[in-house]
Amino acid sequence: MSQSHIDVRYVAKLARLELTDDEVATFQPQLEAILGHVEALSKLDVSGIDPTAHAGAVFGKMRDDVPHESLTQAAMLQNAPDQAQGQIRVPKVVTDA
Amino acid sequence: MTISKLRQQLVAGETTPAAILNNLAGEISARDGQTGAYLSYNLEAALAEAANADLSLPLGGIPIAIKDNINVLGQPCTCGSKFLENFISPYDATVIRKLRAAGAIPFGRMNQDEFAMGSSTENSALQITRNPHDPARIPGGSSGGSAAAVADFTAIASLGSDTGGSIRQPASHCGVVGLKPSYGRVSRYGLVAFASSLDQIGPLTQTVEDAALILQAIAGGDPLDSTCLDAPVPDYLSGLNDGVKGLKLGIPKEYFGEGIDPGVRKNVEAAIQALAAQGAEIVPISLPHTEHAVATYYVIAPAEASSNLSRFDGIRYGHRAANPSDILDLYQKSREQGFGPEVKRRIILGTYVLSSGYYDAYYTRAQKVRTLIRRDFETAFAQVDAILSPVAPSPARKIGGSSNDPLHEYLSDIFTLAANLAGIPGISIPCGTTDFDGGKNLPVGLQILAPHLGEAKLLRIAKAAEIKS
Repeated sequence: MSQSHIDVRYVAKLARLELTDDEVATFQPQLEAILGHVEALSKLDVSGIDPTAHAGAVFGKMRDDVPHESLTQAAMLQNAPDQAQGQIRVPKVVTDA
Repeated sequence: MTISKLRQQLVAGETTPAAILNNLAGEISARDGQTGAYLSYNLEAALAEAANADLSLPLGGIPIAIKDNINVLGQPCTCGSKFLENFISPYDATVIRKLRAAGAIPFGRMNQDEFAMGSSTENSALQITRNPHDPARIPGGSSGGSAAAVADFTAIASLGSDTGGSIRQPASHCGVVGLKPSYGRVSRYGLVAFASSLDQIGPLTQTVEDAALILQAIAGGDPLDSTCLDAPVPDYLSGLNDGVKGLKLGIPKEYFGEGIDPGVRKNVEAAIQALAAQGAEIVPISLPHTEHAVATYYVIAPAEASSNLSRFDGIRYGHRAANPSDILDLYQKSREQGFGPEVKRRIILGTYVLSSGYYDAYYTRAQKVRTLIRRDFETAFAQVDAILSPVAPSPARKIGGSSNDPLHEYLSDIFTLAANLAGIPGISIPCGTTDFDGGKNLPVGLQILAPHLGEAKLLRIAKAAEIKS
């Protein structure tokens, strides 16, 4: 593991989060303290140990393939911040080259 | 008033569902202005359901308050976040459908830490919730509104969610019963996901019997949640009074070390002695990886949260930033404006531990330590029927006491989050009060942990502890 260093602004960008300078200044030492605590895990011997992704996992559970009622278009659109003609409207995604 | 007593009165015709609801609305008006447990409630909608309540059902006519991250058709579901401040649920969660099938009436939306991230409810972006036992103090969290309302008698019972202690810890701080079922016992369909390998829905109630009544109604398989188990749901009520004679109860030495408030220790030890006096055998045990639980949890839970919360992008629902320059700007600004600081911290932390170059060192390693923590419990449960411990190292702290030190706050989750990592059920029941940090008579909780799907025995032990403490 690294020495608990984290480039907060870079990681926030990966997470699609814009941060203010104040937030970066606040989060930096807090996150380094948390990662410093997490460093203790690196001292444990975990060779040959399988990872646990889910406690008491159920694998490959399928429900019967039968049609059932799902949410209506109106229900799906009721919380949309912007909509037109029964669709969700977003800013232009494809730009001219 | 408990569910079981109200049910007797309803069946005897001494009260009506509408009278119960109107009475609750009066209590809310009288006291919740100070406590702040309710984010909203819709009395008219509840009264309409009450008019058709089937009193022959196990929860017939009983209002249940709902944490604001569980969807109820037509009602708000803010998750304590500005991002979802105006969101109206388009569907019912499975637990709501099941509560209604048992005759209950969902009533009230309970405050919580934003997206269930926190142990104090101070991370709600919408309002402060105060502990009914001392308004200067936190109710605990993240299901702080659900716990405070039951303690304040503004709710008969409530549902919360528990990812690392978010039902048990506020129950402990507010002096009520809080049950986190086994992973897979209760459907999460319609619960806004925080950390999917850890989240469970459970009840907060006045009594152990009431917790059993609600669990009976909400447990069981669900085709809409592939992690939900089809295992038969036992009768949680029939053996409730069977006592603890002959049961082996483990006391993990790692849960009674330094850092526990003396008043908490004294009350928990007294509760253990009371169970011993009823014929339980007290067995010293060890859960050797306990000290690594916090680090393990605060890798895994933020990792899963960073993935789950990527759905909040400002496109389909929730907050959308005004005048974005392009689609990327829309995502980034909507999330910046919509999320509070704790949610941002955890998203960044989770994104970091999942990022290229750090994934194995943090995330895979934490998953392996999770295996070690799970095995600790398997070894322990080969020796004992259940495990007893404090719920939290100290009683409720003052509001504003930990705002700039998230690591310190995380460390206080030490006794509750291992149960989520291991997928086992846990309950917090009141075990007396103590003075702490200038506060008088603050509630202390006893935690009981049982093997996976061992809720019947868990509730039976809790019932015995409840009588004697």
